[in-house]
Amino acid sequence: MSMFSIFEISGSAMTAQAQRMNVTASNLANADSVAGPDGQAYRAKQLVFEALGRDGIGGVAVSRVVEDPSPLRREYRPEHPLADAEGYVQMPNVEPVDEMVNMISASRSYQANVEVMNTGKQLMIKTLTLGER
Amino acid sequence: MIDRLAATLNFDREALNLRHERQEVLAGNIANADTPNYKARDFDFSRELARAVKKGGAEGGLALSTTSSRHLAAGGSGAGSLDLLYRVPDQPSLDGNTVNMDVERSRFADNTVRYQAALTILNGRIQGLKSAMQPE
Repeated sequence: MSMFSIFEISGSAMTAQAQRMNVTASNLANADSVAGPDGQAYRAKQLVFEALGRDGIGGVAVSRVVEDPSPLRREYRPEHPLADAEGYVQMPNVEPVDEMVNMISASRSYQANVEVMNTGKQLMIKTLTLGER
Repeated sequence: MIDRLAATLNFDREALNLRHERQEVLAGNIANADTPNYKARDFDFSRELARAVKKGGAEGGLALSTTSSRHLAAGGSGAGSLDLLYRVPDQPSLDGNTVNMDVERSRFADNTVRYQAALTILNGRIQGLKSAMQPE
């Protein structure tokens, strides 16, 4: 394990949490997107985190992005151009409350990792001055 | 003479090295606070320190390979074989993750202070040796 791997560990976690924040932003932005490029309503996306590194110590990586399989929300809006024969429109299955909770969790984890990185940096700088008066 | 100096600093060096390793283990725990099925790791510091000091850094993970019987056997102090344990979780979580952020962060802060303490002690020892080497 190299001397600087603490930066790799915290850095990878910050990347992963920032990506999670991006996904949350995308989900919230598309909470009312009735039709995407494929003509279907937007489905909420979630990230899957995966621990990196050998023998248990290491950073974290985003292994894949999954789509929320829960059913799309159906809204009765007969005047809508995309409404079906019964007058229902398929709306995205984004849960704004879940997304807000996810966002807060991601930002707290990001902060914790920034703190870890800062502490590691300070300790390293102090170690470099070892033996000086 | 020089090997006596190295022996004097050996304990502090091993302590500092292990503190650094622990810092990384705890950083890994904090990094993986949201990873499903991740199990928090840690090690028994006093036991690992006793083992590292007993080993004397002579047969660490970074030993030089020798091609002649007259080569000096030089060993690094890499604590390559840490006995990593799993933290016992305080409460179960739905995703199988056993990282308790509060515990990890307080351990991390504790380890930081102890790292600095080890650094200060080592620095004092070096200063003492240096002043003993001054003429008159």
